[in-house]
Amino acid sequence: MGGHLNINHLMFLGQGALWTIALSVIAPIGGGIVGFVIALARISPLKSVRIASGVYVQLIQGTPLLVILFLGYFGLAAIGLKVSSLTAAGASLTLYVAAYLGEIWRGCIQSVPKPQWEAAEGLALSRTQRMMKVILPQAIRIATPPTVGFMVQIVKNTSLASVVGFVELMRSGQIVNNSLFEPFAIYAIIAVTYFAMCYPLSLFSQKLERRMGRGRSNLAPA
Amino acid sequence: MSLQLDFPAVLERWPNFLGGAALTLELAAFATVFGALFGTLAAVGRGSRNSLIASACKVYVEAIRNTPLLVQIFLVYFGLASLGLKFSAFTVAVAALTINVGAYTAEIMRAGFEAIPRGQIEAAEGLALSRLQVYWHIILLPAIEKVYPALTSQFVLLMLASSVCSQISAEELTAVANYIQSDTYRAFETYIIVAVLYVILSLVMRAGFWGLGLVLFPRRRQLGTPL
Repeated sequence: MGGHLNINHLMFLGQGALWTIALSVIAPIGGGIVGFVIALARISPLKSVRIASGVYVQLIQGTPLLVILFLGYFGLAAIGLKVSSLTAAGASLTLYVAAYLGEIWRGCIQSVPKPQWEAAEGLALSRTQRMMKVILPQAIRIATPPTVGFMVQIVKNTSLASVVGFVELMRSGQIVNNSLFEPFAIYAIIAVTYFAMCYPLSLFSQKLERRMGRGRSNLAPA
Repeated sequence: MSLQLDFPAVLERWPNFLGGAALTLELAAFATVFGALFGTLAAVGRGSRNSLIASACKVYVEAIRNTPLLVQIFLVYFGLASLGLKFSAFTVAVAALTINVGAYTAEIMRAGFEAIPRGQIEAAEGLALSRLQVYWHIILLPAIEKVYPALTSQFVLLMLASSVCSQISAEELTAVANYIQSDTYRAFETYIIVAVLYVILSLVMRAGFWGLGLVLFPRRRQLGTPL
């Protein structure tokens, strides 16, 4: 109808793909920083901090990302801030990713064997020292495979940023489709592009998991 | 910075919200049932001795798990249309969600199958159970019992993900919200209400699955394994 798919369309899709990658880098950085705080707050000695962070996680994990994106987009506007769709999408994804990463990392921190905590305490290390020098270095090892696995979710979920008008891969596909009206071909290209971004991450996560499995079975006490 | 919220203006649309929430639950229910069946079949197929079936199932699982649901929904929506088949948005949404959750279910079920000790299957074969009996009693049912918590949280995630179906004009909760906010210009209030409704829906679903687990797996309850 509106002509054929040509090099310009593909360039436009490529540009969208770059924005998808950009968002997939911003979200885990922002979400990682907030998520780390959440993970520590979830195991805080203060009950109120534990409850507050638990409520945050439950609320975010009980709400679809799509609704969080709309809330970020319209909410920031409602309090009088003028934000670009990149800021809105970045902020919403940060809040979303933080809840999930926080929960994953809390599990990893808590799965560091109990004697390690006790030994660190027995050596009269302060709580901060215990965390930084004993628990976290071990927790990071445990946390790597699930974190890489969750990266796949992040890349896929950036596609939802298209609904607040952010021109990433999905949105650029919709725009190209509006001019060509060849939805099946265009969305197939988009699907393949997402697959090309996600599958290496999936494989890497599986590989890390297998390596961990081996390392752990060697270390596991009888 | 002046934030003025006017909830009553939006809340008077409560019948629409409730209708949307009901449709979201309906979507999730259909997709859960079909997806569970489809995914279990794919998991069984992945362990098949026929390498063609096994690799077809693997390609299906990997293709779905590495592409966004939004793209899958559009592909199903426009794919069926380009084949000349016309379905309601609801049917397309159920189909797309089924295909999507089927892949995740397959992966979880496979983990369940792998967790069945080899000795149990050998023992069952030694007792001259047929292949079908072994599959049903020794592999499938215990595997489901093992992965039940993982499965149910996947289905809750599916309910949340069904919000994406608003993009193909299935009239579920998020679509209702989009409609109400464009009608009332009260976007922030609308999406806050919808977020609360989703949280309630996910709590209801979790409670439902927990109760179902107590009925389905009494052994688990006796052993006192936390769900």
